Amino acid sequence: MRRETRRSGVFTRRALLLMGGQVALLGGLGFRLYQLQVEDGAKYATLANDNRINARLIAPPRGRILDRFGVPVAANRPNWRALLVSEQTDDVRATLATFSRILPLDGHEQERILRDVRRHRSFIPVLVREYLTWEEMARIEANAPDLPGIVVDAGSTRDYPLGSQLAHVVGYVAPPNEHDLAEDPLLSLPGIRVGRSGVEKYHDEALRGRAGVEQLEVNAVGRVVRELSRQEGVPGEDVGLTIDAGLQQAALQRLGDESASAVVLDCTNGEVLALATNPSFDPSLFNSGVPQAQWDAWMHDPRHPLMNKATRGLYAPGSTFKMAVALAAQATGAVKPTDRIFCPGYLDIGKTRFHCWKKGGHGSLDMRGGLKNSCDVFFYETARRTGIDPISAMSHQLGLGVDLPKFDLPEQRTGLVPTREWRIAQGHPWNIGDTIVSGIGQGYISVTPLQLATYVARIATGRAVQPHVTRLMAGVTQPGGRPEDWPALSVPDKNLQVVRDGMWQVVNAPHGTAPLAKLPDPRWEMAGKTGSAQVRNVSRALRDSGHFNSANLPWGYRPNALFVAYAPYDAPRYAISVVVEHGNAGAEAAAPIARDLMMQTLTRDPANRTQPPAQRVAEAVPAAAPDGSRRSEP
Amino acid sequence: MQQRLSRERPLDLGTKLLRVDWIYVLLLCALAGVGYVALYSAGGGPAPYATRHVMRFSAGLVLMLGVAMVDIRVIQRLAWPFYGVCVTLLVAVARFGHVGKGAQRWIDIGGLQMQPSELMKIALVLALASWFHRASWERMGNPLFLVPPVIATLIPVGLILKEPNLGTAVITAMLGASVFFAAGVRWWKFVLLAAPVPLIARIAYTHLHGYQRARIETFLHPESDPLGAGYNIIQSKIALGSGGMWGKGFMHGTQAHLDFLPEKQTDFIYTIVGEEFGLIGTLAVLGLLCLIILGGMLIAVRCRHQFGRLVALGISCNFFLYVFVNIAMVTGAIPVGGVPMPLVSHGGSALLTVMLGFGLLMSVHVHRDVEFSESRDT
Repeated sequence: MRRETRRSGVFTRRALLLMGGQVALLGGLGFRLYQLQVEDGAKYATLANDNRINARLIAPPRGRILDRFGVPVAANRPNWRALLVSEQTDDVRATLATFSRILPLDGHEQERILRDVRRHRSFIPVLVREYLTWEEMARIEANAPDLPGIVVDAGSTRDYPLGSQLAHVVGYVAPPNEHDLAEDPLLSLPGIRVGRSGVEKYHDEALRGRAGVEQLEVNAVGRVVRELSRQEGVPGEDVGLTIDAGLQQAALQRLGDESASAVVLDCTNGEVLALATNPSFDPSLFNSGVPQAQWDAWMHDPRHPLMNKATRGLYAPGSTFKMAVALAAQATGAVKPTDRIFCPGYLDIGKTRFHCWKKGGHGSLDMRGGLKNSCDVFFYETARRTGIDPISAMSHQLGLGVDLPKFDLPEQRTGLVPTREWRIAQGHPWNIGDTIVSGIGQGYISVTPLQLATYVARIATGRAVQPHVTRLMAGVTQPGGRPEDWPALSVPDKNLQVVRDGMWQVVNAPHGTAPLAKLPDPRWEMAGKTGSAQVRNVSRALRDSGHFNSANLPWGYRPNALFVAYAPYDAPRYAISVVVEHGNAGAEAAAPIARDLMMQTLTRDPANRTQPPAQRVAEAVPAAAPDGSRRSEP
Repeated sequence: MQQRLSRERPLDLGTKLLRVDWIYVLLLCALAGVGYVALYSAGGGPAPYATRHVMRFSAGLVLMLGVAMVDIRVIQRLAWPFYGVCVTLLVAVARFGHVGKGAQRWIDIGGLQMQPSELMKIALVLALASWFHRASWERMGNPLFLVPPVIATLIPVGLILKEPNLGTAVITAMLGASVFFAAGVRWWKFVLLAAPVPLIARIAYTHLHGYQRARIETFLHPESDPLGAGYNIIQSKIALGSGGMWGKGFMHGTQAHLDFLPEKQTDFIYTIVGEEFGLIGTLAVLGLLCLIILGGMLIAVRCRHQFGRLVALGISCNFFLYVFVNIAMVTGAIPVGGVPMPLVSHGGSALLTVMLGFGLLMSVHVHRDVEFSESRDT
C-alpha cells in the first residue's frame, strides 16, 4: 500500500505539473490571440479589405466635338465586340470552330484566342473579334444557342463623320503610351484613347472626363461577388467649334487636287469658319492602328497629307506682305500715301539690280497704285526708306511671324519676320539687300496661311483679333466671340484705309492684278491681294535670257500662289487666305479659289448664324470707326 | 475487508451510467456545438458540413458511452493486442494506403477512410499505461525496464515519420513522453534525452522532405512567398486579426466566405470563430477547451489505479496536443502541421477517434475504484 501511495503521489504531482504547463501554454496562445486580434486588429482588418475589395475605374464616355451649328464632327460609335467566356462553354475549340463557320477566324487568330483563354481565369472574357458590323453581330446573336460562351458587348470607338475633311482641325485619338499611363490611371482602362492632334489633343482633358470608381467585392480567385459602391464618373465635355462643317467641306472640294490650304475667318472676332488643308487623311485609322503601307504612303507623299499646312506650313508671303510694308512706311512717315515713286522696272542698290515683276516698269505710282499693281520697285524703295525694324514691328502687330497665343490647336508654327537684331544674333550683318527683298515678302520672311488670314482680318477691322476654333465648352460660350473682346490696333484707321483702298483696287479697279477675284454678286465687293512667292532663286542669266517662264518649271520648283482677301469691302466680315503650293501665280491659281470660297461664305444661310453679319464696319467695329470717305478713286 | 469486498462487486449498467461524468459530456457537446456553428458558417448553411457534423458527433457520443461501459480491466487486457493491430495498420498504410497531399496517411477499411496514426496514439497510450500499471517506484528506476516501452513508442513514431507526417510523429513522441513522465520516469533521464535534441533536429532538417522544409521556411518568413507556401499562414492571420475584439458577425467573415481561407472547414476552422466572433469568441472556445483538458486530467488524478490514471492522462494530453498544435498553427506560432481542431473540424474518422479516446477516459472515470487482480510483479 505504501508503494501505491508513493506511486500515486508522484503521479498526482507530475499530473499537476503537466496541467500547469498546459494551462501556461494555452494562456500563451490566448495572449497570442490578443496580440493578433486586438493589438494588430486594425492592421489585419485593412489587409482583409485589401483582399476582398477591388476598386475598378469606369471609363466615362469621351466628349463629342461639334461644329458651330451642332453637327457632330467627332462622336462615339458603339464598337460591337464578340467575347468568349471560357467557363460558359464545355469545349472552347468547338465553340471557336462554330464561330469561324459564321465569321471566319484564321488559324493565327484562333491560336491567339486559345492562348488568351489559357492565360486568364475562366470567368474573364477574352476578345474574339471587334469592330463587328451590325450584320455580323446579328448573325452571331441569331446563332447564340450554338455558340456557348460567346458574348457580344458594345464597347465604344471614336467616329469622325466628316472623315478626312476636318481631320487636321479635329485631330485624332490613339491608344495611350507608357508616358500617358503614368499621368492618369484612367488611361489604363481598355479602349481608352488619348487625343494626339488637333482639338482632340488641345482639349483632351475636358473631352476625356473623369473616371468613375466601382468598388467590387472579389473572392480569392478574383471573381466578382458583388458591387459595394459605385461612383459614376464625369462624362467628357462636348466641345463646340467655330468651324462651319458645310463651309469646310466646300473649301476642301474647291481645293481639288492641289496641295493647298485655305483659311476663312470671321474677321470681327477671329472665329475660324474653315481651315482646309489638302490633301488630308482618315483620322479614324489612328484609333485602331495605322497599317504600315498607309503610313509609308503618307510619309513619302511630297504633299505631306499629315501636316496641317494652314497652321504649320511656312511660306514666303510674297506680295501679300506689301500691306504690312505700306503700313510701316506710313507709321514711320518714310513714305506718305500720296508720295509717288517711279518704277523703271528695276532698282539698283550698289552693284545689285532688283527687278520688278513687270519688265517695262510701272512708271510713277502712289501707295494705292503700288498695291493695285503690286509694283515690286515701289515696295523695294518703300522698304529701303522705312528700314527693316519698323516693317517687322508692324508685321508682328498684324499677326505675321509671331505666335497667335489664343489659337487653340496644338499644331502652330511661329514663322519669321526678321529684325536686324535677329540676323546679328545669328552672327551675320544685316545687309541693305535683305531689307529690299523683305519689301516684297521674300528673303527670310516666312508665315503661315492662318497668320495671313489673321493679318487681313486685322487690316479690315483695325482690331487685334486672334483666330480660334473653340466656341463652346460644355455649352458655355468661350470669351473672344464678340468684337469688343479684341483691342484696337495702334494703327490709325486712315493709314489702314489707304491699304484697304489699294486692296479694293487690286480686285475691282480696271487693270488690277487680280481681276479673277471679283465677286460675281453685285451686292458684295471683295478687297484682296495676290502673292506669288519664289521657292528658289531665279538666276540673272536666266531672267535676262527672256525665255524664263516659271510655269514651265518642275512642280516642286514653281512659285507658291497666294491670295488674301476680305469681304464685304464696305462692312468687313470675313477674311480669307489661300495658299496653293507651287501654283505659280497667285492671281490665277489662288484668287479664283478665294473668290469662290468667299461667295460660299457670304451666301451660306444667314438664318443659321449665331450672330447676324454686321451691316457696316461702324457696327462691327465701333471703337475703330473709320473716317468719312473710305473709297478713293483709283 | 468489508470495504474491499464492496469494491469488488461488479457494477451494473445503471450504476455505471450514473457514474458517467455528465458535466464532462455536456462540455463535449458544447464544443461540438461550436463546431456546428463554425461549420454552418463555413458551408454557408447546414449543408454540406454542419448537419453531417452533428450526425457524426451523435454517433461518436454513442460510441463514447458504449466504450465507457466496458470494464477498464478488459481494456487493459486488450491494450497490447490493440497496439499490435494499430502497428499492422500503419505498416499496411505504408504499403497500400493512398496518397493524400503528398503523404500516405489514409487507408480504407470497409469503405471507412481512416488515418491509422490517430488510432495509433490511443493504442500507444493504452500499451504504455498497461506496461507501467504495476511498475513500482523502484522498478521505474531500472533503465532496462524502460527499454521495451521506449521501443514500443519508437516503432509507431518511426512509421508515422515515414508516411511522411512530421507533425503527427512529433505529437506521438511527445504523447509517449508525457506518459513516461507521469509514470514516474526519473527527471534526469528526460534531461539526458532532451540534450541532443538540437543536434538531432539539425541532422533531421537535412533529411526532411522539401515540403516540410518549405513549411518551416515559410513559417519563419511568411511574407517572403505570399502567394505560395506562406499564403495559408498569412490568410489565416488576416482572418483572425481582422475579427478584432468582437468579430464581424456570424456568417459575415469576408476571409472565410470569399475563399481566402484555405481548408477553412478542416484545419483552419478556428479562424472562422476568430473572424466572426472576435477575441471574445476565440477566448471562450479556448476556455472551453481548457476545461475539457483539465477535466480529463482531474479524472486521471481521482482514479485509484495506475492504469486508469495513465490512460486518462494520456488521452487528455493527446487532446491538449491536438488543440495546442492547431491553435498555434492558425495563429502562426508554429509551422503548419495539418492537425485539425478536435470536435470542431469537419472530418468523420478523426471525430470518431477522438470520441473513442473520450470513451476510454469515461471508462476510467466510471471504473475509477475497481481493483485489479494481484499482478505478477510486485
